[in-house]
Amino acid sequence: MADLVITAEGLGKRYQLAHESRPDTFRDSFLQSLRGFARGFSGLGNKVTEDFWALKDVSFSIERGEVTGIIGRNGAGKSTLLKLLARITEPTTGRITLRGRVASLLEVGTGFHQELSGRENIFLNGAILGMSRREIRRKFDEIVAFAEVERFLDTPVKHYSSGMYVRLAFSVAAHLEPEILIVDEVLAVGDGEFQKKCLGRMDAISRTGRTVLFVSHNLEALRSICSRGLLLESGVMAASGPIQDVIARYHLEHSELSARFPASDKPSITGVEIDGARLQAGDLVVKLTYQSPWPLRSPVGGFVLSTADGRPIFGSSMRTHPPTDPLADSRAGTCTWEVPQLALHSGNYSLSAWLGDKAEDFDQRVDAVSFAFVSPRHYPGRPPVHTIGPVDLPCRWTAQS
Amino acid sequence: MPAPELVIEAGRGEAHYWRDLWRYRELLGFLAWRDIKVRYKQTALGAAWALIQPAVTLVVFTFIFGRLAKMPSGGVPYPLLVMAGLLPWQLFANALSNASGSLVGNTHLISKIYFPRLVVPLSALAVAVIDFAIVAVLYFALCAWWNDWPDWRVLALPLFTLLALLAALGGGLWLTALTVRYRDFRYVVPFLLQLGVFLSPVGFSTATIPNWRLLFSFNPMVAVIDGFRWCLLRGQAPLSFPSLAIGCAATAIMLVTGLMYFRKTERSFADVI
Repeated sequence: MADLVITAEGLGKRYQLAHESRPDTFRDSFLQSLRGFARGFSGLGNKVTEDFWALKDVSFSIERGEVTGIIGRNGAGKSTLLKLLARITEPTTGRITLRGRVASLLEVGTGFHQELSGRENIFLNGAILGMSRREIRRKFDEIVAFAEVERFLDTPVKHYSSGMYVRLAFSVAAHLEPEILIVDEVLAVGDGEFQKKCLGRMDAISRTGRTVLFVSHNLEALRSICSRGLLLESGVMAASGPIQDVIARYHLEHSELSARFPASDKPSITGVEIDGARLQAGDLVVKLTYQSPWPLRSPVGGFVLSTADGRPIFGSSMRTHPPTDPLADSRAGTCTWEVPQLALHSGNYSLSAWLGDKAEDFDQRVDAVSFAFVSPRHYPGRPPVHTIGPVDLPCRWTAQS
Repeated sequence: MPAPELVIEAGRGEAHYWRDLWRYRELLGFLAWRDIKVRYKQTALGAAWALIQPAVTLVVFTFIFGRLAKMPSGGVPYPLLVMAGLLPWQLFANALSNASGSLVGNTHLISKIYFPRLVVPLSALAVAVIDFAIVAVLYFALCAWWNDWPDWRVLALPLFTLLALLAALGGGLWLTALTVRYRDFRYVVPFLLQLGVFLSPVGFSTATIPNWRLLFSFNPMVAVIDGFRWCLLRGQAPLSFPSLAIGCAATAIMLVTGLMYFRKTERSFADVI
């Protein structure tokens, strides 16, 4: 039998969005209930509130040792779900069963006090995150070394640089050892070097057999750390399963063959459009539209093609593949990129667009458009893309025996 | 040890609440330690501030009640009478105002971390106790000045100190939970305390108001202050048992209802705060 550590059934969370006449002060509330009382409680219905379900009927279960990523757009209910699991707030409907000690890390540096020294904050923050004094003392040197703040241990953290502050805060959190760890978008802290270290640490934690739940917008990081994924969309669970599939689904849901962008006071990309009919025939044809406040001298367009989980596959610009007729000096124009017989397996892909000239970068749009590609070539028994890679080069086998 | 199973459901009473509270005692200690540590940071006078306020109040009350109004003191130096009342009043006032502001003051914790919320107002009492200890030193300095020392009755002092803390906690639980939803109560607390110092026998002895004594006793601080004077002034201020009983009952009611209201609203703190 599966060893289920977290089970959620029919989970829902309702918030009441109040308008105008919300009783903000005790007096208002008091007067309102008096009025209601006078009308035989009928007045209670007069409050202008609107129900908003941040989560609705979400069910899932997680096995011991599974590392799960929660994916969704802003406002999809990811943070609400974490808050419910972390017991910060109560569900409106449904139930959660947790088997094991839970520690939640919804923010780096919760409870840090500006006036206290680094040493004192390690103890305070550790206690707040649920570590015992003995546990903190045991890991103290490790925490300090990881954060690289040895010299400033006895300085109040208000004098720390923001980098040091974040490193110390993350370091305390990274040394938590609960059975179930719930982590909100905290991987996006510190400089690149430290982020790598954090990811490594998270990866190490997830290898120790702990059950971990992650929320992150960094899909690449989730893909490498998590084994499973949950996709939330406007409070409803849209998909769950192996992380690659869920990430691909996320991209599919947001497949957009064309996108428009507002012009700004500098040369900018105003539109990117994939030719849908040509795509079905197996060719990628994409058009970039730009505008500029001043005439551009031989502008250059470019695209990078990536897999749905963000790995670049191939890129090209008018510099690497100069067109036969270069763009004339102008304030607006279009350029079109053609990749005949797109050598890719079926899957979800995205395109980033770039605009510049000989010397300068003007504008870029990461993942400007995305598309699901259905390859005209069919290979029975082909392993999944995350095993063999997305590229489908023409090839041939010869055999002898 | 098998992992404990925990079920979270709407409206489900927390089965392990009190056990959880015990488990989080270290956090309680750390929060109290933080508040004490931070209290006088970046002040020039530091902990002396804990003395300045009661010392000035002492002088003013002695002057107004003792010199101008010429209230009877029952044979004790008037400043000692006032100080024996001020000592528990300061404790109560600090404890009540710290506890009342505690939840809103720790918003960042409440919206990010689970722990039994009761930890917060409880830890807020600690700072008041430390200040109380400092003011107690001032009291004994006054004793030395008048060479008027308490006798064996001082041993009952911890009981009355506890009563003062429980009364403050009862009120504090109500006020802090109400403040989460209605910030009005932020303004109510200083006002309550301003009135309370006159509605409690801080500057005068209850012996001067015999007719009103029972009515007065519904204010738990009457029993506490009378008790303090009985302990510290060698019984020269006699204890009134009916008044003590009413005071204890009032405190118990406050504490129990406060706890009930706190537990009831606790679940939605993170949503409302």
